[in-house]
Amino acid sequence: MSHFGYLAMLGFTVLGSFWLEIVLRVNVLRRIRRAMKSILPVAFIFILWDGYAISRGHWAFDAHQIMGRFGPLRIPLEEYLFFIVVPLAAIMTMEAVRRVKGHWVVGDEPIQ
Amino acid sequence: MSYTQIAVMAVLAAVCFDRLILKTSLITRKAFWTSYAIILPFQLLTNWWLTSRSIVQYKSSTIVGWRIASAPVEDLFFGFALILGVLSLWVHWGKEKQK
Repeated sequence: MSHFGYLAMLGFTVLGSFWLEIVLRVNVLRRIRRAMKSILPVAFIFILWDGYAISRGHWAFDAHQIMGRFGPLRIPLEEYLFFIVVPLAAIMTMEAVRRVKGHWVVGDEPIQ
Repeated sequence: MSYTQIAVMAVLAAVCFDRLILKTSLITRKAFWTSYAIILPFQLLTNWWLTSRSIVQYKSSTIVGWRIASAPVEDLFFGFALILGVLSLWVHWGKEKQK
């Protein structure tokens, strides 16, 4: 058992999505302020949920498969990273779909 | 509240956020559902990794017990709410810029 079991999943998510930034030029990292303004408020609510769930024992993490660093609410560092990495991957995915399907409306197109 | 209850509430809240509060209506867009269809297999795969290796463990009394690729079905609700919430805000800030 490796302490990087959870971290490996995050690494996989980064590998699986960040190439879109280079190959399809989704420009999400280049719009990191807008990305963070979209991620942080939602992540905040999910972190409260996470803290509640951990405190009530809804879920627990195997101490042998996480790095063992914890943030506020006794939430493992990996969880905090999860709430950044996964939403970033989701935004990149939608921007990639927009790149490929240019005529599909997303809702924030410039008014012609 | 159980994980099941919170997860269902989270989906309803995310849908309200998208449809009623931000009025981004992503859930009516092909672009959103196509993105979700791409994301879902990756969610199942990464969730399978976390749950089948017991990196994350769930208390059985807090979930209904239906599992998909070893992960509780509630995780799909959790993931959907997270993604819809973030993508709605992303589109919202994009719309703001156009004003």
